[in-house]
Amino acid sequence: MNDDRREFLKSTGIYIMLTGAASLAWDHLLAGEPEKAPNYKMMNHWWAMAIDIEKCIGCGNCVRACKTENGVPLEPFFFRTWVERYHIPEGDMEHPEVDSPNGGYDGFPEKYSPGDGSKNFFVPKMCNQCSHSPCTQVCPVGATFETPDGAVLVDSKYCLGCRYCVQACPYGCRFINPKTHTADKCTLCYHRITKGLTTACCEACPTGARKLADLKDPKDPIHEFLRTHKVQVLKPQMATGSKTYYNGLDGSVR
Amino acid sequence: MERFKDKEHLVRMAVLFLGAIGIFVVARALMVPKDFGTYGHYRGNALAEVASRPIAYAGRKACEDCHGDIVATRKASKHEKIACEACHGALAQHALSDDPGANKPPRPDAKTLCLVCHLENVAKPKGFPQVNPQDHGDGGPCATCHKPHHPEVS
Repeated sequence: MNDDRREFLKSTGIYIMLTGAASLAWDHLLAGEPEKAPNYKMMNHWWAMAIDIEKCIGCGNCVRACKTENGVPLEPFFFRTWVERYHIPEGDMEHPEVDSPNGGYDGFPEKYSPGDGSKNFFVPKMCNQCSHSPCTQVCPVGATFETPDGAVLVDSKYCLGCRYCVQACPYGCRFINPKTHTADKCTLCYHRITKGLTTACCEACPTGARKLADLKDPKDPIHEFLRTHKVQVLKPQMATGSKTYYNGLDGSVR
Repeated sequence: MERFKDKEHLVRMAVLFLGAIGIFVVARALMVPKDFGTYGHYRGNALAEVASRPIAYAGRKACEDCHGDIVATRKASKHEKIACEACHGALAQHALSDDPGANKPPRPDAKTLCLVCHLENVAKPKGFPQVNPQDHGDGGPCATCHKPHHPEVS
């Protein structure tokens, strides 16, 4: 009997100590470090993006705005966001024809004729700001990470340029910046959203096809958007925890 | 009775190990940045570094603070919801400068500007107003009939 009581007290003591330690650590985490941007509380935000395919007109404003805002190299193949055009011949969902001339930077010259029975639409693509992102999991040095407010960022001072993350992203959203030779990607305009501005692509979108969303803000229209639209994320089978919600996403979109 | 006979072997090994561990601990303390691990397995200051990038697009509010007349013109028009910089381009340099008048942006080229959005394309949503410039309005400049800030023909 004595032995049991001793065991019980011992394990209880350990649990109490562990819980105390965990709650201390949690408090520290919740308090966060004093953010550099004034009035921005990291713990009050959980950023996401809503994209309405039914509103996208393929003008390429987002692509141009992104490159201007973020200094992305102008050559093709370097995009933080780009627009794809899908052309689905009648009834053949398995074989969509996808093109993205210069990422949509110069718009989309008409290529298909109306009335040929095909389905045509634009799909804006960008980093999906996954909450279980494969790209951050493979980084060998901790140079890419999910921030506590839900953006996936790259620490270009720490990045080795090993390209693991470029291969790990199932959405093809990363590239090696030809100037810095480090991994580069959409930051969800982290320098803008921490100052209370929207992203450059959302600012430039004329139809409101893209909307930056803060899932922790109860007043954000995203909640109504998610409630009233049939939304889907890209490649849900990859379980990436994507936070880019598409309305009107066709099953043929890869 | 001597329990361990040649214990100086063990002591030597222990000293070696302790030395190696010491070197590792010191080297690690020197090489790992102080801010590593603030939020997770990464440099905490990297967030502030990414956030410190200067902005290029000033944001709609900055424009509307000064250009109230344009806000009034655009009221209730089909273009009301479009942010200014969607057509006028990135204007933080103009908006944030001490003398915005000296940093005036160029006027957008109306000949190409309208067609960026309104050129006919089968992939555009059906309800979106699209034109073929050859057979719309005699191929004349759009602004003859449509004012960009209030495009409805009155």
